[in-house]
Amino acid sequence: MGLRILSVIRQVLDAEESVRIKDGMVDPSSSKLVLDTMDEYGLEEALRIRDAQPETEVVALAVGPARCEEALRTALAIGADRAILVETFEPLDVITVGNVAAQVARKEQSDLIFCGGQEADWDSQAFGAAIAEYLNWPQLTWTTALNLEGRTLTGTHDIDEGTESFSVELPAVITTQQGLCEPRYPTLPNIMKARKKELRRESFESFGLHSRLKFIRSEIQVKERMRRIVDGKDGSAAAQQLVEFLRNETRVIG
Amino acid sequence: MILIVAEHSNGKLNKSTYEMTQAARDLGREGPITLLVLGSGVAPVATQAALLADQVLVADLPALSAYDPEVWAQAVAQIAREGEAHTVLIGGSRSGREYSPRVAVKLDAPLMEAVISMKFADDTTVAEHYTLLARVVERVEAQAPTVVVSIHPGAFPPASARPQAAEQYDVDLDLPAPRVVVTERNTIKSKRVALQDADVVVAGGRGLGSAEVYAQLVEGLADQLGAAVGATRAVVDAGWRPYSEQVGQTGKTVQPKLYLALGISGAVQHLSGMNKSRLVVAINRDQEAPIFKIADYGIVGDVKEIVPAIIEKLK
Ligand SMILES: Cc1cc2nc3c(=O)[nH]c(=O)nc-3n(C[C@H](O)[C@H](O)[C@H](O)COP(=O)(O)OP(=O)(O)OC[C@H]3O[C@@H](n4cnc5c(N)ncnc54)[C@H](O)[C@@H]3O)c2cc1C
Repeated sequence: MGLRILSVIRQVLDAEESVRIKDGMVDPSSSKLVLDTMDEYGLEEALRIRDAQPETEVVALAVGPARCEEALRTALAIGADRAILVETFEPLDVITVGNVAAQVARKEQSDLIFCGGQEADWDSQAFGAAIAEYLNWPQLTWTTALNLEGRTLTGTHDIDEGTESFSVELPAVITTQQGLCEPRYPTLPNIMKARKKELRRESFESFGLHSRLKFIRSEIQVKERMRRIVDGKDGSAAAQQLVEFLRNETRVIG
Repeated sequence: MILIVAEHSNGKLNKSTYEMTQAARDLGREGPITLLVLGSGVAPVATQAALLADQVLVADLPALSAYDPEVWAQAVAQIAREGEAHTVLIGGSRSGREYSPRVAVKLDAPLMEAVISMKFADDTTVAEHYTLLARVVERVEAQAPTVVVSIHPGAFPPASARPQAAEQYDVDLDLPAPRVVVTERNTIKSKRVALQDADVVVAGGRGLGSAEVYAQLVEGLADQLGAAVGATRAVVDAGWRPYSEQVGQTGKTVQPKLYLALGISGAVQHLSGMNKSRLVVAINRDQEAPIFKIADYGIVGDVKEIVPAIIEKLK
């Protein structure tokens, strides 16, 4: 039997969209939502493994409201074999979502899990590690290159002040980031095919879990900026004005 | 107790450890503030820690000579359990945010991630953190016997040292063997102040045009200002600078007193790593560049003309 890969995804605001808040909560209902680019790198790596080893199965998983189906359809159109949506309307903390993903991985008998290093909705870096801990698997975060031979995964990833080359035996959880690979686009035939692919729904309630955090309110925070924009055609004069500005407004230069 | 996992490098406590200590002092929850020092050959670090905490726990073991997320999580969870910690504070560095979720799962505790404010009252820990690429502040609450918290760098003022040194205790740990084999480690040693600790950051983007111009202008200006050097994703992808200098969603988050953005367009993923800087100065030849929307001072012009002039005037 081939490898079973789980690609965990989130649906987030398109990067060009501005954030809207309603009744103290982020309201994405009138915004364009997309499959998080951060998650596409992991999906791409999974598909590359399947390209090399065709008996591999790639399953996309999302935990969230019904609208996440769209992001899963995108993942199917990009190339995932099937999809699972664990549906919930409740806002959930990352540890709980990690628990759900780990339980799904166990049922699916996954060998390898990919997820984004920091998704653009909850700004969390905890997802991959939480899944790994629930499964008692090793984790590699912020990977920048990956290569699988048999069940040995080698690659490079970022650490606090530098990079590491590593080697790990599957199963493992891998988090991804921009620069790891160039994700492929869904082609028209694949978009057509994706409509017929299996998308299984499960309810979050069936997992017997509840959020560990209470979400009180969200607020857009914009820092007031002076926005003094000057013309720099005369480089020397512009430099002089800036130096004076820094002298007056900061204590960083004397 | 409040358990703080000290962050240190090259025999010194990082600024983040002082910030975590202040967060603990202001938390409003009883219990000794305990600094845990993990590492090998960390006696000098423990001595510094003793001036901050009510007590210091030291695990000075060869097995802790290099960081591994599973080993760290096991160590911290064990100490938290034995010491019945109600609050575990971990640094908001890449590594801290990587192993703190494991600690939370081990302790069956909620995780509050990269918090910028935190208080305890009425049996509840209330904290705030950023979401949506640092554009939104979200307030969350946790009610649990133990709460695991990672602390956003730069969000709390650094605690001051006390005149009296606290007791140090050696601790025994039952550690797992690392499952990830590290075949090579490249740590970037910069002669400059660490990016996250810097009061001034000079950052450059693709607009610098080449690695050579980048080195000359960005490094040159950073030299004059005693600043750290930051970069955009485009720049590190082009190989002009190491990944460790990247600022943004997939890089570091900085909050300096002054951030100078040279030839940077201001993509939302970059802004999420620097939009909390106290003062932002941008130089870009395109007056429509989004970076100007969050700039306090902007110059519309060519970095190759303006930056050398600034360096000259600062000399
Ligand atoms: C999932 C994901 C994560 C990402 N994470 C990050 C991240 O962590 N950090 C990050 O930085 N990016 C990140 N990005 C990439 C981001 O979207 C941008 O592509 C990147 O920040 C652009 O870098 P830049 O500003 O250097 O280049 P560009 O966008 O190309 O901008 C160059 C600027 O220089 C100006 N310029 C050109 N010549 C001159 C001159 N002579 N004088 C003055 N100005 C000049 C131009 O007007 C332009 O505004 C991420 C993207 C994705 C999809």
